[in-house]
Amino acid sequence: MTGKQKILYFITLHRTGLWVTALSLLLLLFPLVEDNPYTLGITNLIAIYSIVVLGLNLFIGYAGQISLGHAAFFGLGAYGSAIATVNFSVNPWLAMVIVAVLVALVALLIGIPILRLSGHYLAMATLGMNFVFHTILLQWDEVTGGPSGFSGIPSLSIGEYEFWDEVSLHYLIWTFAMLALLFSLNLVRSGVGRGLAALAGDETAAAALGVNTRNAKVKVFVLSAIFASFAGSLFAHTYSFVSPDSFDIFAATDMVIMVVIGGMGSIWGSLFGAALITLLPEWMDLFETYKDFVHGGILVLVLMFLPQGLVTGLIDIGKTKLALRRQKDAEA
Amino acid sequence: MLKLENVSKNFGGLPALSDVSFEVPQGLVTALIGPNGAGKSTLINCTTGVLQPSKGTVSFQQKKITALPAHQVARLGIARTFQNLKLFPRLTVLDNVLTGLTCEGGSSMLMAMLRLPYLRHRERQLKLRAMEALDRFSLSDKADWPAGILAYGDKKRVELARATVSQPDLLLLDEPVAGLNAEETAEVGEQLRLLRSAGHTMLLVEHDMDLVMEIADQVVVLDSGKCIATGTPEEVRRNPLVLEAYLGRMEATA
Ligand SMILES: Nc1ncnc2c1ncn2[C@@H]1O[C@H](COP(=O)(O)OP(=O)(O)O)[C@@H](O)[C@H]1O
Ligand SMILES: [Mg+2]
Repeated sequence: MTGKQKILYFITLHRTGLWVTALSLLLLLFPLVEDNPYTLGITNLIAIYSIVVLGLNLFIGYAGQISLGHAAFFGLGAYGSAIATVNFSVNPWLAMVIVAVLVALVALLIGIPILRLSGHYLAMATLGMNFVFHTILLQWDEVTGGPSGFSGIPSLSIGEYEFWDEVSLHYLIWTFAMLALLFSLNLVRSGVGRGLAALAGDETAAAALGVNTRNAKVKVFVLSAIFASFAGSLFAHTYSFVSPDSFDIFAATDMVIMVVIGGMGSIWGSLFGAALITLLPEWMDLFETYKDFVHGGILVLVLMFLPQGLVTGLIDIGKTKLALRRQKDAEA
Repeated sequence: MLKLENVSKNFGGLPALSDVSFEVPQGLVTALIGPNGAGKSTLINCTTGVLQPSKGTVSFQQKKITALPAHQVARLGIARTFQNLKLFPRLTVLDNVLTGLTCEGGSSMLMAMLRLPYLRHRERQLKLRAMEALDRFSLSDKADWPAGILAYGDKKRVELARATVSQPDLLLLDEPVAGLNAEETAEVGEQLRLLRSAGHTMLLVEHDMDLVMEIADQVVVLDSGKCIATGTPEEVRRNPLVLEAYLGRMEATA
């Protein structure tokens, strides 16, 4: 191999690691270039949603299931951290972990029965779950603060250092998001991840290859709930205020739309989907008012023309073209 | 090695298999033949846990496996192919073959997320084995293609590569050369011969009688869900019941 070939080989071999490193560097430097708190507030929100969407995309794109209820796990994380830190004065970091464990248990208990369902039935069941959760947030106001929300949530801090301004939050939240990204990328590149991809492709074939399909679905469901819970905790500590609106069924469908935009099973696409849907209303005022229409419209269009999702669909087309062209070249 | 005793399967009252009993001896190739709709695929599904037999027992190496779910059957070292291809179209050809090594991944989701060095090492070894399997079916130049865009003959061979990559103790093949052209049939036949001489135990569902007569040690004939004959290829070929039920009909249509 020549020097150039060696470098190219190194790049292809470590391309995932290189991309992650590049993005990390970019994020490290970002606040030096852009210190407008408003902009950073938006990119922080993108990071929070990215964590939820990464988990949800594993569940939808890899386990091949559907959930219209992940705003509930996001909300459990947020309200869990809020209640634990304000009412019970638990250390916020400890609260975040305890809440995630509890959310994992809840997801396990819900997942075992409802993941026997599939397709429309699973969609309805998860939607119902989110609906029930949202109603509890509204009704149980002694604990949740009801429709007016829950305020006074403390910031996260390390010793004297408090994460409350946008720049410090940027580093905190993106650290979590990059960890979620790294864990997801590792998972899908492993044998376990291939088993999940098989499950999403064809359940019978996956089982015949040794994948415990029922078990795998529940595990990924729990994993995605844990991701959502951490994101929720970060959300609560970032805004120091939470209200039921952020966790209703429209929030839950928005999360699915982010997955669909990014593409089923596309880990990098998850970041793109979260970013696009968070940014849309910023770019056009009109979207603010007709947000739910626009989101619904995007969902329908993508699913009609690129059922694998926007980014994944385009990549699939590209890959096919490339392979066919190479074959033609080889034959010529 | 594999033993079926009085296996029956009904679909909504209609019998697809009735009281089928036979044995697949270790190290030999057993061919399962019979006209379309005889119940051959149903029998393979009942053996691999995809379907539960309505009655009867299936045992593998003296162990009862009748009620085991499909993934546990797979973990015992039983691999299979499907009559109507079940590849994962969006995964690459290499990844498709790698799914055939799922049972050997042996790691938890948590370990996978941390991507510890030992896992990376194992992953490299699995990849080498998958590439070898692709080589055997002369598919290595298409390793990074999405499986969905392959030609039918290539798909069929990817599925065979996936089923054989783990060197399973028992291989169940549901019509591996159906729909292949003469050249591809010869190539797959050659692979089956190699597997056979390497001592693999196989249950082979096949319509290509030349192939069956050549590589099978034992032939089991199904007709309308009933086992109507068992014996060496020669015996079966001369059995009047078989001629009547199967070969006769074949000749009549030919
Ligand atoms: N899932 C199913 N539901 C209902 N009937 C089925 C099912 N699978 C197979 N059958 C019926 O069982 C019989 C045997 O089918 P099959 O095992 O596919 O035959 P073969 O593989 O020998 O061609 C056929 O009559 C078929 O219609
Ligand atoms: Mg069949």
